Amino acid sequence: MKRETTSAGRRLLPSRRQFVLGLAAGGVIAGLEWGGFPAFGEAGQMPEHRSPAMLTGNHFELTVDQLPVNFTGKKRTAVAVNGSVPGPTLRWREGEVVTVAVTNRLKAPTSIHWHGMRIPAEMDGVPGLSFAGIAPGERFVYRIPVMQSGTYWYHSHSGGQEQQGMTGALIIEPKEKDPIAFDREYVVMLTDWTDTDPETVLSNLKQNSDYYNYRQRTAGTFFSDVKKNGLRPTLSERWTWGRMNMSPTDILDVTGSTYTYLLNGNTPKANWTGLFKSGERVRLRFINASAMTFFDVRIPDLPMTVVQSDGNDVEPVTVDEFRFGSAETYDVIVEPKDDMAYTIFAQAQDRTGYARATLAPRMGMTAEVPPMDPRPVRTMQDMGMSMAGMKTPGMKGVSGMTGMDKSDMKGMDMAGMKGMDMSDMKGMDMSVTKDTNKSGMKGMDMAGMKDADKSDMKGMDMSGMKGMDMANMLMGDPTGTTPFPQPGPHTMPLHKGSYQETKFEPSDPVPLHTGPQVVGVAKHVAARYNDPGDGLKGNGRRVLTYADLRTRYRGVDGRPPSREIELHLTGNMERYIWGFNGKKFSEAEPIELKLGERLRIILINDTMMDHPIHLHGLWSELENGHGEFAPYKHTIIVKPSERVSYLVSADTPGRWAFHCHLQYHMESGMFRTVVVS
Amino acid sequence: MLVAGAIGLMSSLGSAQTTAAAAPQEQPIAQSSSVPQAPEAAGPTPPGSMAWKPPVMDNRVYTHVLFNQLEGRSNGSGSSLRWDGEGWVGTDMNRLWVKSEGFVNGSTVSDGDHELLYDRPIPRMRYFDAQVGVREDLDSGPSRTWGAVGIQGLAPHFFDFEPTLYFSDGGNVAGRLQGSYDLQITQRLVLQPEAELNFYSKSDPGRGTGSGLSDLDTGLRLRYAISRKFAPYVGFAYTGKYGDAASFARQQGEAVDSPTFVFGLRVWR
Repeated sequence: MKRETTSAGRRLLPSRRQFVLGLAAGGVIAGLEWGGFPAFGEAGQMPEHRSPAMLTGNHFELTVDQLPVNFTGKKRTAVAVNGSVPGPTLRWREGEVVTVAVTNRLKAPTSIHWHGMRIPAEMDGVPGLSFAGIAPGERFVYRIPVMQSGTYWYHSHSGGQEQQGMTGALIIEPKEKDPIAFDREYVVMLTDWTDTDPETVLSNLKQNSDYYNYRQRTAGTFFSDVKKNGLRPTLSERWTWGRMNMSPTDILDVTGSTYTYLLNGNTPKANWTGLFKSGERVRLRFINASAMTFFDVRIPDLPMTVVQSDGNDVEPVTVDEFRFGSAETYDVIVEPKDDMAYTIFAQAQDRTGYARATLAPRMGMTAEVPPMDPRPVRTMQDMGMSMAGMKTPGMKGVSGMTGMDKSDMKGMDMAGMKGMDMSDMKGMDMSVTKDTNKSGMKGMDMAGMKDADKSDMKGMDMSGMKGMDMANMLMGDPTGTTPFPQPGPHTMPLHKGSYQETKFEPSDPVPLHTGPQVVGVAKHVAARYNDPGDGLKGNGRRVLTYADLRTRYRGVDGRPPSREIELHLTGNMERYIWGFNGKKFSEAEPIELKLGERLRIILINDTMMDHPIHLHGLWSELENGHGEFAPYKHTIIVKPSERVSYLVSADTPGRWAFHCHLQYHMESGMFRTVVVS
Repeated sequence: MLVAGAIGLMSSLGSAQTTAAAAPQEQPIAQSSSVPQAPEAAGPTPPGSMAWKPPVMDNRVYTHVLFNQLEGRSNGSGSSLRWDGEGWVGTDMNRLWVKSEGFVNGSTVSDGDHELLYDRPIPRMRYFDAQVGVREDLDSGPSRTWGAVGIQGLAPHFFDFEPTLYFSDGGNVAGRLQGSYDLQITQRLVLQPEAELNFYSKSDPGRGTGSGLSDLDTGLRLRYAISRKFAPYVGFAYTGKYGDAASFARQQGEAVDSPTFVFGLRVWR
């Protein structure tokens, strides 16, 4: 195996300031199966980069074992499924019952959670909630009725195994013809690899929470801020943050100072390459399978049309760039026409590193890798302070306080900020669907909706439907006690009139005060669905926002919520304690839901960081202003001081995990059990 | 045995899944409607039950040891070794702390101060812990035992602050104020001013401590973080004795003012 030579600029010190670009021939040391699925695209044919294997069928034998790897020049041990990191891509078909036998060859218990899957709770793979886990030496057989289609993924839910490489893609082909037309597809799975043991990473954070932050404020940045903004604004800004013992340079807890970012298991140097033929429609299934990283993804010179989010088809929206957090997925269509290579560029939100790949007509071609954007800093808005009169900070990352008069900040009322600004749906340009005609989506035009309008479901006796041929229609059980189908071309939405009126219970206010587990309680919270997030504003590119997501098919449960639950995302960065409503998992009661109920969950982020919050087993319908076309998601990013709300149909009984998908936050307490019974 | 139990549970769950799953085209698949009967409820475990391990272990026991000062102090004519370290073991809410400091000068150990404290975060305070325990002055001189109670944490603007009160069985009440600040010059270069002041209500000739402000140990250290856990430093330290403590020192022929040049290591694990 080639050893990487130290480039001139590379420090010789053991720890890294620049993230390591990795070995050119880095990755798995042991033998690895090659991607060989014919229609999947010819990738990984060169020894310098690899793709995980693809397995199809309806019975799978998976083995979990240790695997020697070397991504950075240091030999380490990963946790691998079937001998590869990432594990094999599983390809299922909607409508089938799939069995997956998992044999654990580790010395520790393991588990596999099928992220985004709507399945019986016992098959969800969370040790302690779904089952006891898969003990060392044990063979556990998952039996999964596949009732949905789209791009998903799977990962261990045991300890730090996900961080150590136990992840893999899960593609479920729709029963019907896929409304998204494409000629070629690739999985693009982004992960973050650290040579440090995950237990040690968490222990380091407990003793020194900015252990991995090498972008802190220094005397040097103080002087450059003074030069840029003046002495008084700089002093006053530093004072505001210092008073709370918080740092605006806290973007990600674990950074490129220890992470090497991988794409399909390949380091940036290895440069995974996917081939295309000019004029083809290429579907890229982006999966953020990282433990702690938000990635900002773009392909310079190649716009992306987002067609699916978290496994659910959305109205196509063309963008230059999107951000996604741990566990989210986006399927995009690109149509590279020119005879040139394109760089798939996924930079970490804090700009301490990137993952990178190439799309090219022939092997061996590469395109320029763009420089990383300036690093973002947290703003007063993130702290939950009023933003009236402030310009949105531009990309000059060091200080976001340009031209702001601090004396106005106290106590200003943000009349427009409370609640969601419905008029500001700029990002959601529905006319930008020029791909619609090409892809043959004309016929798609609300086929499901047309039926609904014609048949006028109001007051209709649903029991009469049982005898009908359901081959082309899927509808929900009006009691909500049987799982609703995934919205699709033939699903019939449950109309508002077909259920009994119930009282609406608004959420109980959550009394919160600061303390060892709660550093701040945001004063000014609002939904900011059309805000792409810290680091993506004003960069001159079309960036996807949650406001742009509109499900292609009408939601299947038209019932309004009968109650609301409000949860605050809380934490103390210095102590590295995270939780909901000021409590860790071990200190809190489960959240009880009634089988069949429809409720609204409100999340308010009282911390300074973005959190991707994931609810197992049930869909989260994000109330981003699209009404019945609210996007169906399984993981939702809540930005600092943001208030997010989504509707949930509690249609599957069981104990479901509900947690932040940033692994070390989850392990420090940001976890709850949701019991549906 | 546990594995056999787990396998038993697994197979019973597995067999439960062979209940009929109707062809999806006809009707939505009937889900098994029972919530699996786990030996324990999620969340706090009732005592005495055979439990599945919880899905996340968010109350783990961690342990860390830190030497703030591990240095040689030299004033040109002689040098001594100085250590000042602390360690803790425990969870987020309950910790046991050990603190220790002292000087080694040839074969004499002086200023020996070792403490064992129970530590708990103070409710409603974000960054301060309350500590209570015992302090033992153990070195080449006569030993003393004290009860200790104090707080330790981060004051606004990242200022480390540690005031502690001590009570000896001899009726002496002592107070210690410790503080330090990390000034980041660059990402790896940190300038740290720090100070420790000791006050006593009664003079103690055996230990050379005097009533009122007895001594001050302060320093300015510039460290370079080769890694977060390993940072060599250089700097200046000054030890001063006041009041009765100064008199005792003069009687012993010891210095009252000791400015020194220091070089050492800040390490932690």
